[in-house]
Amino acid sequence: MSDNNQTILELKKISQAYGKQLVVKDLSLTLKHGEIGCLLGASGCGKTTVLRTIAGFEPLLDGEILIAGNCVSRAGFSLPPAKRQIGMVFQDYALFPHLSIFDNVAFGLRELPKAEQLRRGNEVLQLVGLHSEHNKYPHEISGGQQQRVALARALAPKPQLLLMDEPFSNLDVTLRERLSMEVRDILKEYGTTALFVTHNQNEAFAVADRIGVMHSGEILQWDKAHNLYHQPVSPKIAEFVGEGALITGVVRANQQVDTGLGLLSGVVNSSLPTNTAVQLLVRPEDIIHDDDSPVKAQVIRRSFRGANILYHLLLEGGDQVQALVPSHCDHQPGEKIGIQPDVRHLVLFPLGC
Amino acid sequence: MGTLTTSAGNRAEASWRGFSRFFRQPSGWQWLTLAVALLVLAPLSILLLAWQDPAWDIWQHLLQTMLGRLLLNTLTLVLGVTAGTLLLGVSLAWLTGACDFPGRRYFSWLLLLPLAMPTYVLAFVFLGLFDFSGPVQTQLRDWFGRGAWAPDMRSAGGVVLVMSLALYPYVYLLARNAFQTQGKRALEAAQSLGSHPLGGFFRVALPMARPWIAGGATLVVMEALADFGAVSIFNFDTFTTAIYKAWFGFFSLAAAAQLSSLLVVLVFLLILLEQKLRKRMRFTQGRLAPQAERIKLQGNKKWLASGYCLTILLIAFLLPALQLLSWSLESFHLEFDSRYLTLLGHSLTLGICSAVLIATVALLLAYAGRRHQDRLTHGLIRTATLGYALPGTVLAVGIFIPLAKLDNLMINQARHLFGWEIPQLLQGTILIMLIAYLIRFMAAGFKAIDSAMYRVTTNIDEASRLMGLRGIKLLAKVHLPMLRGGIFTALTLVFVDVMKEMPITLMTRPFGWDTLATKIFELTSEGEWERAALPALTLLLAGLIPIVVLMRGTEKD
Amino acid sequence: MNHVRKFIALILFSSLLLVSTAALADELVVYSARNEHLIKPLFDAYTKETGTTISFITDKEGPLLQRLKAEGENTRADLLLTVDAGNLWHAADEGVLQKVDSAVLTKNIPANLRDPQNQWFGLSLRARTIVYSTERVKPSELSSYEALGDAAWKDRLLLRTSKKVYNQSLVAMLIAEHGEERTEQIVRSWVNNLAAPPTSNDTALMEAILAGQGDVGIVNTYYFGRLLKKNPELKLALFWPNQDSTGVHVNVSGAGVTRYAKNPQAAIKFIEWLSSEKAQNMFADANMEYPVNPAVEAHEYVKAWGTFKASQQNLADAGALQTDAIKLMDRADYR
Repeated sequence: MSDNNQTILELKKISQAYGKQLVVKDLSLTLKHGEIGCLLGASGCGKTTVLRTIAGFEPLLDGEILIAGNCVSRAGFSLPPAKRQIGMVFQDYALFPHLSIFDNVAFGLRELPKAEQLRRGNEVLQLVGLHSEHNKYPHEISGGQQQRVALARALAPKPQLLLMDEPFSNLDVTLRERLSMEVRDILKEYGTTALFVTHNQNEAFAVADRIGVMHSGEILQWDKAHNLYHQPVSPKIAEFVGEGALITGVVRANQQVDTGLGLLSGVVNSSLPTNTAVQLLVRPEDIIHDDDSPVKAQVIRRSFRGANILYHLLLEGGDQVQALVPSHCDHQPGEKIGIQPDVRHLVLFPLGC
Repeated sequence: MGTLTTSAGNRAEASWRGFSRFFRQPSGWQWLTLAVALLVLAPLSILLLAWQDPAWDIWQHLLQTMLGRLLLNTLTLVLGVTAGTLLLGVSLAWLTGACDFPGRRYFSWLLLLPLAMPTYVLAFVFLGLFDFSGPVQTQLRDWFGRGAWAPDMRSAGGVVLVMSLALYPYVYLLARNAFQTQGKRALEAAQSLGSHPLGGFFRVALPMARPWIAGGATLVVMEALADFGAVSIFNFDTFTTAIYKAWFGFFSLAAAAQLSSLLVVLVFLLILLEQKLRKRMRFTQGRLAPQAERIKLQGNKKWLASGYCLTILLIAFLLPALQLLSWSLESFHLEFDSRYLTLLGHSLTLGICSAVLIATVALLLAYAGRRHQDRLTHGLIRTATLGYALPGTVLAVGIFIPLAKLDNLMINQARHLFGWEIPQLLQGTILIMLIAYLIRFMAAGFKAIDSAMYRVTTNIDEASRLMGLRGIKLLAKVHLPMLRGGIFTALTLVFVDVMKEMPITLMTRPFGWDTLATKIFELTSEGEWERAALPALTLLLAGLIPIVVLMRGTEKD
Repeated sequence: MNHVRKFIALILFSSLLLVSTAALADELVVYSARNEHLIKPLFDAYTKETGTTISFITDKEGPLLQRLKAEGENTRADLLLTVDAGNLWHAADEGVLQKVDSAVLTKNIPANLRDPQNQWFGLSLRARTIVYSTERVKPSELSSYEALGDAAWKDRLLLRTSKKVYNQSLVAMLIAEHGEERTEQIVRSWVNNLAAPPTSNDTALMEAILAGQGDVGIVNTYYFGRLLKKNPELKLALFWPNQDSTGVHVNVSGAGVTRYAKNPQAAIKFIEWLSSEKAQNMFADANMEYPVNPAVEAHEYVKAWGTFKASQQNLADAGALQTDAIKLMDRADYR
């Protein structure tokens, strides 16, 4: 049908407002066929609004939304949701309480012949592993099952694009991890292009191919998970994505930086002139516990994580870093321990940017 | 399949356990349902007792001459009026509850006004205006000559039209409540699955409003089955015609009661059928979805919507009200005196007292049904609402006979035990009137509150209980605010119904305790319709009070 | 044990007495199917004249009768006031009335207008007669009730519904005169001549004649009177049928003393008063009816409609034959 390089979703500098309050500003992104995108951000950052605008539930103030190359929204025009060929999984699933599981799933198939509805409905139910529950009503199955029914219902009409609004937020942690993997597998098996929003990084990392970190209505970075983690484009992203700390330093010659951890080398973005005051991103895994090391730091807080302990450490210069240490090395707050920086690539941000 | 049979088996078993528990250790709730059901059963069993002495000769005569036609007419009436009220009630409820168009805020409560218009008054006014000798057809003949065609008002179509216009507010009131509280999520989900907004209405919003709509429609069916006033003005013979003929013509109350008991059975079956069809469906989504934004109608559509609402309002209320007003002005000097204040006072007292009483009992019954899922409790609750289906006069007698028996017993006991001569103590007391209204109008209060109860999920109870809210506090802090719409609806329906009620008021009122409705009866029974306009108009105005209050209470935006 | 029972009963009665509005005074209690605005002025006049207070309650005949039956010997009612001889006959038939010996009443009220057993007495007289359009009908074309079934009136006749007791009494009297078979023929010929389905009331019938839907009909005189009062130019007139034979069908409103009356003497005195000259005019004029007392003249207004020979058949027959009349009309498809 559609060739694999086709752009399915394209947002061109869209803006959206509630009254005078601008909630989405000049936001752009593209998703290619079969890609799973994610908008990651704290609540209130505008991510759900973007999703609802793509679905056609909210009008657009400015910019343009294209689905499979066709404009579906621009200022003053909005194709009705029903005509957009999108599927949507709602945060609260919004299953129809008066319909059985099967009828919920077959809801979007009514234009097909009866036999085809039956085949297709059973197929997606099988896919989500709920075939045996088809006769029950939504209130008669568990939350995880409801989530899968919602997914099956959205997938059944083979939408060009699947939208999911915090799809896992109502589930408990273990179920959430398992289901998010399952959902990714299902989407990949179907080759479905999908965009979902979440405030949970792990979900984003587990499911999405591309993630956009949103803050105050803007995407700060639209990138692969690996890049977001290892090459954040701003201190905000560095702080928001993953654990870690920003410490101060000064750029020296030969791609080195002078910090509270000593002189580190391996600067990635080297365009900064020497003597520039910078912030340096240090991930917990960049700090190795080494009692023989000359660099000492004081434990100020610890959190036990089973295999590891995450220590919050105070450096001599006043900066704080975190270190992930195997849990047999047990230190109490107040103790001084030796640490060894093992930073492979230095992510620097000029101070005050 | 295996799982299904088991769960059905479990349900049956659970139900049986509830059944037997009822007899071993009935809870306070179950005692209450039993008491109310017995109260309603007393007059019903008086009617059923009539079967001891079947009036075969009358049955035979009715069968030979008219029963076939009457049943067909009744079927036409019930189906027609149900369809008509559903069409009007649901469409208007959806427009004012889920859409936005010019005048929507006003229409949303103005469209309730016909509730205060007794069916027989609307019937008379309509016939006066649109019959052959009425001004409309006369004008048409003046313009187009004697051959000018006009639809015959005195026909099945005419009765159905008038009764639909008079009764649609029952459906409207309940359906609007449903649409307003439905939330937007389900409609959005339907749209994301390719449904046009209107398609979403039919496939999602409408089915999800089903308990409300069914509640309203049940009231309409009961009203249509029991109506005598409007159909006799049209001289349209229905099943009630046979009942009245048996009683007032053949002077056989037994035959009348036998015929009436068939109505009760029919309504009971209808209610059971509705419940069966609902099966295990639920009608609310797990959480409280945000309130739906109204669909803003654009261009022609919005004016079409305003025009539609205005038309219905005009023919169902404004036109008849104006006609009443003009008649009232004509007969004002004849009719009006200081007693009107007393009549009004009596009507209001009865309306308010019974509205509060019935809403309270309905609330309690709704709770009992929620606590106890067994069939017996639910059967008793359904029994408690059957009084609405009986022709008022027949029920009035059914209520009066046991009452008089009890009074006679007390009089004789007093004479026997103390040698006292005492008067009737029960008859002619307001208390008895209130109990009689309770028996008659339980359905109106219960349907409104019970459908609102669907919004209060058990999770809400459990969450509240975890926070230490129990009993009265739970009711006051959590349930009452959630049930507010339903309670207001129940109060209004009962208030207006009681004020319009005639036969029970006539039969059970204390000496000299006349109301607006009995005044209307006095005047209309001898055909003085135009003089009856003043009490009818006063009744109408009094009925408007709770409707306006209701709107204030439930209209949030 | 007996004391306990007595005590409980005592408490119960006394508490009920508090809520009961029932009055214990020595008064006359009337159950009335005749409308309040027609009887209240008479009650007031009687109270003024004699000091006897009258409590009353109005309802339809059927419920009042059931009420009397249910209350049995403990009823508070002394007097039943109702319209139509059929209803009075049924009340007597159900045994809720008692025989009254009163020379005043037998003198004031003609024998055919009261119960042969003197259980009830007619108090006002109304004729059920023919009304016609003065524009389209000459009085010479009319003759009798029976003749309204003639071919000349095809699609010109209008009737009120057969469910109204006035028509039931009319047909019952026809049965008394002609027998069932002949009467059924007459009723069928009426139905065959109908210009429109039967109306629900007499006023609507006359308005339909005015509008040209039909030309003749059968109505009670006072309905005609009411319409005429509103519009003196009314293009309708009354015709007195059957003057060469049995006379115009008349009916009464009347009263009877209840079987278990607490105050039967007062009740009888009141009926006697109602049949007296003074009250007869008030009673009849209030509703534009004729007095039953032959010594009393009808109101000028009523007299203007002309004089007529009334049927002398005893009205009790109307009651006895009412069931047959209804069945007959049902068979003849007169709705």
